[in-house]
Amino acid sequence: MIAVRDNRDRNAFAALFDHFAPRLKGFIIRSGASAHQAEEIVQDVMLTIWRKAAMFDPHRAQVSAWIYQIARNRQIDIARKENRPMPEELKEEPGMEPDASQILALEQEAGQLKQALATLKPEQREIVEKAYLGELTHQEISAQTGLPLGTIKSRIRLGLERLRHELKDLKQ
Amino acid sequence: MSAITHHIPDAMLAAYAAGNLPHAFAVAVASHVSLCAECRVALGAHQAIGGAVLENTGAVAVSSSLKDDILAQLDAPFTPEPVYERNGIFPGPVTEAMKGRAPRWKKLGMGVRQDILSADANGSVRLLYIPPGQAVPDHSHNGLELTLVLQGSFSDETGRFGVGDLEIADEDLEHTPVADPGEACICLAATDARLNFRALVPRLLQPLFRI
Repeated sequence: MIAVRDNRDRNAFAALFDHFAPRLKGFIIRSGASAHQAEEIVQDVMLTIWRKAAMFDPHRAQVSAWIYQIARNRQIDIARKENRPMPEELKEEPGMEPDASQILALEQEAGQLKQALATLKPEQREIVEKAYLGELTHQEISAQTGLPLGTIKSRIRLGLERLRHELKDLKQ
Repeated sequence: MSAITHHIPDAMLAAYAAGNLPHAFAVAVASHVSLCAECRVALGAHQAIGGAVLENTGAVAVSSSLKDDILAQLDAPFTPEPVYERNGIFPGPVTEAMKGRAPRWKKLGMGVRQDILSADANGSVRLLYIPPGQAVPDHSHNGLELTLVLQGSFSDETGRFGVGDLEIADEDLEHTPVADPGEACICLAATDARLNFRALVPRLLQPLFRI
């Protein structure tokens, strides 16, 4: 993803396609689209990834998390023909040194999350999937207890430290 | 930023990440996240779970031509989506809802003013202007109401709300928000139903005022 962002590397983009396109297709079909519609949305999402690559910041999001949000946004924008309200983007300071330990910590966490999901009981996993596929309202989600909220809390600590650090740099 | 004490509940952030919040609430959530570092990283955590769901969903083979089709389009011209910047007290998602224009205040009485940014059967988004010391007339809610403070502060039965704070009021909460002394209080209010003002405007006039 970094090669796509910094070097506009087409081979790297092709590799990203090989990994994510079939998963995106499965994910989009799972949320109710036909195989044909799903491919159209996959195409839209992959092109959005290419065009918005400059916005990708590995300190803040894993590749899969970033692509997840793009996929949900594009799916909804296409279905409702309106743009979802999005938070302001934080601009990365030019010349900020990449923080390898932060990036690594996020990557490790992504691996742990994936494993944690895989080891959930099937009915719990289904609830998590439904919630993040947009099939549950926020009232329905708050009535569920099986969501991996502990992981969220540790992740928040990790992310907040970095963000506070960045914001401090911005103010100086 | 550290002054923000009223945040978005996890379930609401999860539904926002998944794209399953009513539009009016999504405007309020996106606006709060624009102002709040804590909720920004919390949203990141929900996106990470979404990413794990994406990784774990069974892959379905794509048709053989899809990759080449996409690679062939990489250099095609495209129109980037417009970016709405923060404008004074209004965060980007609010300036987007205002479509870049200045507020158009309409008097509601007793110095209270409003600017309806959108309103339909699924809810409404509006700006409220409350003079210092003034109460917003006693009201209860048909549905849920999210109020994000953009300037000044207000207090009600549940606490004090300053810039960036988000109040979530459900049907059971009958409250009287009062703008604190000092600056006028400007809020973004999002509902998924019509408001019931008790004191200010008789029910029959509601369709007229669209409140």
